[in-house]
Amino acid sequence: MTGDPNSSQDNPRDIRLGHADRGFVGKIIRLDALVTGSSLSAQELEQRLVEMGFVEGARVEILHEGTIRRDPIAVRVDNITIALRRSEAMAVIVE
Amino acid sequence: MTTASLRLALVGAPNTGKTSLFNRLTGSSQKVANYPGVTVERKSGGFVTPEGRSVTVLDLPGTYSLRGRSPDEEITRDIVLGRFDGEAVPDLVLCVADATNLRLTLRLVLELKRVGRPMMLVLNMIDIAKRRGVTIDLDRMSQELGLPIVTSVAVRKGGVDELLKRTDEFLARSHEAAASEWTTPTIADLKAAQREADRIIAVAVTLPTKPDTLTNRIDSVVLHPVLGLVVLAVILFVMFQAVFTWAQPAMELLSDGFSALGQLIHDVLPESWTLLQSFLQNGLISGVGSVIVFLPQIIIIFLFILLLEDFGYMARAAFLMDRIMGGAGLHGRAFIPLLSSFACAIPGIMATRVIDNPRDRLTTILIAPLMTCSARIPVYTLIISAFVPATTVWGFVNLQGLVMFGLYAAGITSALTVSAIAKFFLWRDHAPAPFMLELPDYKVPRLKSIAIGVFNRAKMFLYRAGTTILSMMVLIWFLASFPQAPAGAEGPAINYSFAAMIGHALEPLLRPIGFNWQIAVALIPGMAAREVAVAALGTVYSIEGGKEAADAIGQVLAQKWTLATALSMLVWYIFAPQCASTLAVIRRETGGAKWMVVTFLYMLVLAYAASFLTFNLAQALGLH
Repeated sequence: MTGDPNSSQDNPRDIRLGHADRGFVGKIIRLDALVTGSSLSAQELEQRLVEMGFVEGARVEILHEGTIRRDPIAVRVDNITIALRRSEAMAVIVE
Repeated sequence: MTTASLRLALVGAPNTGKTSLFNRLTGSSQKVANYPGVTVERKSGGFVTPEGRSVTVLDLPGTYSLRGRSPDEEITRDIVLGRFDGEAVPDLVLCVADATNLRLTLRLVLELKRVGRPMMLVLNMIDIAKRRGVTIDLDRMSQELGLPIVTSVAVRKGGVDELLKRTDEFLARSHEAAASEWTTPTIADLKAAQREADRIIAVAVTLPTKPDTLTNRIDSVVLHPVLGLVVLAVILFVMFQAVFTWAQPAMELLSDGFSALGQLIHDVLPESWTLLQSFLQNGLISGVGSVIVFLPQIIIIFLFILLLEDFGYMARAAFLMDRIMGGAGLHGRAFIPLLSSFACAIPGIMATRVIDNPRDRLTTILIAPLMTCSARIPVYTLIISAFVPATTVWGFVNLQGLVMFGLYAAGITSALTVSAIAKFFLWRDHAPAPFMLELPDYKVPRLKSIAIGVFNRAKMFLYRAGTTILSMMVLIWFLASFPQAPAGAEGPAINYSFAAMIGHALEPLLRPIGFNWQIAVALIPGMAAREVAVAALGTVYSIEGGKEAADAIGQVLAQKWTLATALSMLVWYIFAPQCASTLAVIRRETGGAKWMVVTFLYMLVLAYAASFLTFNLAQALGLH
């Protein structure tokens, strides 16, 4: 992987969902699947995230964290709860 | 009116109550099979509408989109598109949605609409939605979507009356499928569809101001990093207590019952019909018995699994175990099937159906037989008590217990290693399924739906695995009984049989791992079930009294075997594919002989290599 994950951010308030702590509440700004620790291709990851409801404007909240290295995370996306790993959540830019 | 059955297909995202609806519509008239060549379940059933139309229903695998990113989702897509070989195009597609959670399903509905099949949207669990304060403007939504909409409560009597009525009305009209040029949607298409779905929800649905607090409250304990693991441990503890305390008496009763029945038949038949006596008693009845004896365990394990699944806990257990299992390349959902395999690999392998991704499921099936099942315990205890002194090491550890623990640990370690290797070599060309799943709101389990699920599993096990297992049992009986001992022959009859011939033939192959021909002979009936090898060893060493004589067998073995041979035998049993029933179930569950052969061969190679190392190392260390 090359590049700093923060380099693609325009707004300093934007962070990646994969970096956020439990209790974080925010809104999805966009998806950026190019720089993540996921084993999926950027396109595949983005499609899967969209299919699970991660779209621009959705409200997200991190409800729970796993035991080991606080991974995976349970995220409330509007009115459903999705469990995913932090490496995949890196593709979700939130504010 | 035509007499031909009308074909209905149920499509929907996971957790929408699709299966409950299917159970409600078809009752117990269900057929569960596999689609040809894949580990994907095909569930079909039938019912008659109030106006007397006979309808067949196909419950398609749950999917979030028509993209077909896994074999089961491809099946859903291909059947809906009418391009699946051997499946007719559905006359009507029923898209099932959870009325409390429309976001993801409405996007799927919009995708399905593009296919152009006659379609109806079923808003299931409408009762829960109403209770939570979700109000849906059905007319408005129907108008926006351009589809008929019907509400249902799959779990309540009469909850599908409206669906049946509307199906009748729908089928009374003739429908032409609109021609469509379906193409795989792009990310832009998906996003546009999601925006359209959100727009429709905004105009037609009023959501309550506060979310389901009960689910949140339960989750704050169940998904807690520490408490969550405690809860999981307690649930598993109760489950295994149930398997052993509830199933064991039933299993013993069945096993004793079949022995008594065999003995009765033996006694009833004239003394001169020895062959028929032996076939009925040792071949047929003990064969049937050896299949049915697993039934209590299967019923109890599935009762727990289906209850937890229906309640919504399975996804939570997967969440808790994901990191721990993920290190070995396993899915979080593989945890419970693998744990069940400590009781018996058969229900464990059948329980892998909770894993959606076929590759993850296959990996789990491959390693499940390496978990130390309860049938290995008699073999382990026999050899350990005969060869390992009950001394105390390191001040407080019982050496026999330590060896037993080592055997369990070796099984687990090798299973995780095989999984990691399989992930690396078999699936390296495939993108692994990421851990991404919906944690549904908790729901009160529907007992009727669970009863149907348990019944289907039990039936499937008895009918399908039963026939294969039974034929293998009869074959093993044949090998151990023919040709018969000549009149006035010395020694046990098995020494004159094909089993003995095979044992002698195998002996040169098994000598490098320290096995004599008696062991080789005992391994053949031991294919029926691992613990049978104990009785078989007794038979070849001419000890009367079967299992009760275990102490006597142990004494004989202690004299006849070296410690190196005994250790080699223990290690052999960690790995060896010594169970015809497990192999038969793998064949049934994977829909072909290929993975059964793969499992058999890899376990055989592991067993041989590990025993070879153990035997030679032990000899080099001078353990005689």
